[in-house]
Amino acid sequence: MKTPGLLAQRTKGGKWRGVVAFAAVALLVLAVAPVTLSPFRLELLAKYLCFAIAALGIGLAWGKGGMLTLGQGVFFGLGGYAMAMHLKLAEAGPGELPDFMVWSGVEELPLLWEPFRQPWFALLMVVLLPGTIAALLGLLVFGRRVRGAYFAILTQALAAAFVIWLVGQQGLTGGTNGLTNFSSFFGLDLASAQDQRILYFIVAIVLGLLYLGFRQLVASRYGRLLIAVRDGEDRVRFLGYDPAVVKTVAFTMSAVSAGLAGALFVPVVGIISPALLGVVPSLELVFAVAVGGRYALAGAVLGAVLLNYAKTTFSENYADGWLYLQGALFIGVMAYAPKGVIGLAGQIRDFVALRTRGPARRIPAQQPPPVPPGPSADAPAEPVEPVGPVEKEAVA
Amino acid sequence: MRIISFGRRAARLAAVSLAVALATTACASDESTSKGSAGADTSGDTVKVGVLHSLSGTMSISEVTVKNSVLMAIDEINAKGGVMGKKVQPVVEDGASDWPTFAEKAQKLISGDKVAVTFGGWTSASRKAMLPVFEKNKQLLFYPVQYEGLETSPYIFYTGATTNQQIVPGLDYLKAQGKKKIFLVGSDYVFPRTANKIIKKYAAANGMEVVGEEYTPLGHTEYSTLINKVTQAKPDAVFNTLNGDSNVAFFKQLRSTGISAADMPVLSVSVAEEEVRGIGPDYLAGQPVAWNYYQTTEGARNTEFVAAYKAKYGADKVTSDPMEAGYNSVYLWKAAVEKAQSFDPEAVKKACDGVSIDAPEGKVTIDGATQHVYKTARIGVVQPDGLIKEVWNSGAPIKPDPYLKDYPWAKDL
Amino acid sequence: MNAFMNQLPIGLSIGAVLLLIALGLTFTFGQMGVINMAHGEFIMAGAYTAYMLQDWAGRQAVLVALPVAFAVAGLMGLLLERTLIRRFYGRPLDTLLLTWGVSLVLQQVARDLFGAPNVQVKAPTWLVGGGEWLGIRMPYARMFIFVLAMLSVAAIWFYLSRTKQGRRMQAVMQNRELASCSGIATSRVDQRTFFIGSGLAGVAGVALTLIGPVGPALGTYYIVDAFLVVVAGGLGRLQGAVIAAFVLGLLNSYVEFWSDASLAKVVVFAVIIGFLQLRPQGLFVLRSRKLT
Repeated sequence: MKTPGLLAQRTKGGKWRGVVAFAAVALLVLAVAPVTLSPFRLELLAKYLCFAIAALGIGLAWGKGGMLTLGQGVFFGLGGYAMAMHLKLAEAGPGELPDFMVWSGVEELPLLWEPFRQPWFALLMVVLLPGTIAALLGLLVFGRRVRGAYFAILTQALAAAFVIWLVGQQGLTGGTNGLTNFSSFFGLDLASAQDQRILYFIVAIVLGLLYLGFRQLVASRYGRLLIAVRDGEDRVRFLGYDPAVVKTVAFTMSAVSAGLAGALFVPVVGIISPALLGVVPSLELVFAVAVGGRYALAGAVLGAVLLNYAKTTFSENYADGWLYLQGALFIGVMAYAPKGVIGLAGQIRDFVALRTRGPARRIPAQQPPPVPPGPSADAPAEPVEPVGPVEKEAVA
Repeated sequence: MRIISFGRRAARLAAVSLAVALATTACASDESTSKGSAGADTSGDTVKVGVLHSLSGTMSISEVTVKNSVLMAIDEINAKGGVMGKKVQPVVEDGASDWPTFAEKAQKLISGDKVAVTFGGWTSASRKAMLPVFEKNKQLLFYPVQYEGLETSPYIFYTGATTNQQIVPGLDYLKAQGKKKIFLVGSDYVFPRTANKIIKKYAAANGMEVVGEEYTPLGHTEYSTLINKVTQAKPDAVFNTLNGDSNVAFFKQLRSTGISAADMPVLSVSVAEEEVRGIGPDYLAGQPVAWNYYQTTEGARNTEFVAAYKAKYGADKVTSDPMEAGYNSVYLWKAAVEKAQSFDPEAVKKACDGVSIDAPEGKVTIDGATQHVYKTARIGVVQPDGLIKEVWNSGAPIKPDPYLKDYPWAKDL
Repeated sequence: MNAFMNQLPIGLSIGAVLLLIALGLTFTFGQMGVINMAHGEFIMAGAYTAYMLQDWAGRQAVLVALPVAFAVAGLMGLLLERTLIRRFYGRPLDTLLLTWGVSLVLQQVARDLFGAPNVQVKAPTWLVGGGEWLGIRMPYARMFIFVLAMLSVAAIWFYLSRTKQGRRMQAVMQNRELASCSGIATSRVDQRTFFIGSGLAGVAGVALTLIGPVGPALGTYYIVDAFLVVVAGGLGRLQGAVIAAFVLGLLNSYVEFWSDASLAKVVVFAVIIGFLQLRPQGLFVLRSRKLT
């Protein structure tokens, strides 16, 4: 690992294939989609890409690090609100109050809002706010070895508490309505289809860069450590590393990506509200990663786009059925394709190989379903990608 | 090993590119590239209208009934020849109780389906989310639910009550009953907070005293502490702006402490016939509510409306105020279009002033200046059979005043 | 002072509700590591059982429904365990997502079967109203729930410590491998645990019809709270769940009394997060020598 390649592929052929694939997807997203899609559909795609950015973070924390974080909505919200507060203030103009404060009977701009007038401050906060909070929380929680299911439920509770708090502070946050009705974004006119297209490019580029960055991170020494922590935290500790720090870094990165996603979501969709941040939206993000394939970063992106696309399409044509479909998909993926869509091809091939090679192995009950070990494309150095993070002890 | 790993990667690449390609083409085939805001397509012999309510999620409980009554109105209009000779074709979308989804679907109805008008929304949050979309595209939305006022969007018609048609009459009623001390209970969102602000102003100007003000999170189901606070404050009446399921928990727990409507009435502004059934008349009998319409409202037009609704959706169904307002929306739009002789939103807006229909609640007229409607305020009392009996009404339809400009006590609101 | 005293029974009754909804979870979570997000929907199934039985049992439906709901929700749980969860042992985090999918489906099923609006469950007349003792007002429905929660705890305690099956359950909970080696059919024990755990959710559902809404979304209102009680109490620990439920109930009632409902919820969450810093495994830890 002296010189990690651009896409962090370690085999020569793999590197080229990786580059080609990335280029193909980039071409599709940056060149084909903007030409063929109507402005409305392009806006929707931009929204899916925002979710993909957040999903990327979950792919890192959960897929690579084994931390099932059910509170990504909190960080998405922090980024989103930081951006929305700035846009609201920019719109209201100097000395004026944002419209919702007027309805809520707030007469003076709250102190908390004041610094968000500065664009640089708002942009900084988009990254810093989720990052700092996640880092602090991570150090505390992981330092005390809270993990597995405890951590999942803790983050879920955090999302629930955050939403209740946001809703309660109506004068400060707009309450359930959230912040809405933005007309411009750093000079871009949000009503214009042309400017929406520019926004789309911004989102796509942020996603692409973040993806490359995360891949690099995973391929690095740190990445291997992260995966090792996922697979055997105490063993890593015995080797002299501090798993809490390793986990906190990944958790912080995932929070930052969620914050970025939220900040971009605001101009793209034009609203940020507590309804987007609670327990269910946070779970849906994780769900998207599971569907796409949690063990590969590309799976997170794919899952977020596919799932949100499916959601739009189904609710347009078949509203009642969406919950059934979503539920069934969830059950099906978790039970039969734990590696998600991306892992499916490999799973089928392995299954066929197993059948043709000789008598099928009998897997005893109470064991994970038969998914033979095989190298995962994202971490070729890792000999085994287990089906689930090994965390029995956390709940035993 | 290497070969397998290549195979995997290739398969993954194929999967990603295929999926993105599919998504792109599927989106593209859906509609040709067009400019963002587009006028309605009224060239054929049908005209499309959007119906946008939550058909799933927490709000579906209430919103499905409004969707039903809107569709019924459209059917009735089509049976009588449509609007300006064109059949009305509804495009139903699901807002999924999620505000950004409302905005997204509104945009889809406008630019994808090219609807002439959209009927939809329930919560204030869904309206606030849709508002920029309709203003940006210069298209019309008819919003059918009582709300907190303080808004006049040029592209929204408000067919439910604003504060001076529901809350203020409700307060007048309490005052006439000699209730001096009131306790405010509400869900924590915009409508209750704004309503309570108005109530406090009113109380200050009318010699009433607000002895407590409490908010609970949406979907809250634990009311024993709150009820303890209410009983400690010993109010003459409670003004209730709780929303949805919280009402069920609140009334069940209130009743089980032995406090009855006679001891301390709870005036509700979000409990209609549909909600009464979910809570149970046992817990609610004798409690006052404030609306503009009840299933029992007298008049031939209402008898006809109730009968038609029951015939279409089942004899056990009830009709309620927001449903009736949704139903009226369609007829008001039809009347305005016919007056304007055009489906063009600007023409409809210009023609809307004074457009009037004979609605189940009585005569309903659009006030052109605010795009709200004149409505008769009615106070009712829940009966043991679950219906609501009117005990007081404002006599004539009240002029809508979303900013309460004509009320001196509400000056610095 | 009177108001302050009134909050005490209120806190205890909130605690009783928390205990009822969390009791079943302690075991499915504690023994099998299954984070059952569909637990809320089993509660809902219990509530709808009471609703369905009204046609037949009238106002006493709530009483009749208690055993029936136990069986209905228990069988649903058993079915879930046999068909799906069995495949997931050792993957606790995956069960969370899996059962969330199940809960979505169950909610939609309820919506299709019973309609989206809330339905009405009539309480027996003797449970409507309340009494006053020493200046403390206490609704009968709350007392009923309190008694029911206590009876459930007693029954579980008896089962765990006085019956052969219960002791097996404890053995599996403490060390699955060792129990298996000792000849305990762990898979049978798992089924039984899931049946009982889910059945308790059904009982909780019946009780909740007395104080809350009965609709397809019923489960979603309680599920997060239930998990917090379990986490704070320590997995699979009966005394942990009891203490955690009552402490949280009292905390909630007093914080809400001095501030408001929103803040009370936020404070409760914050306290739990802080508490887990002190005791990452909850109040009562099951000691084991297993290595991560």
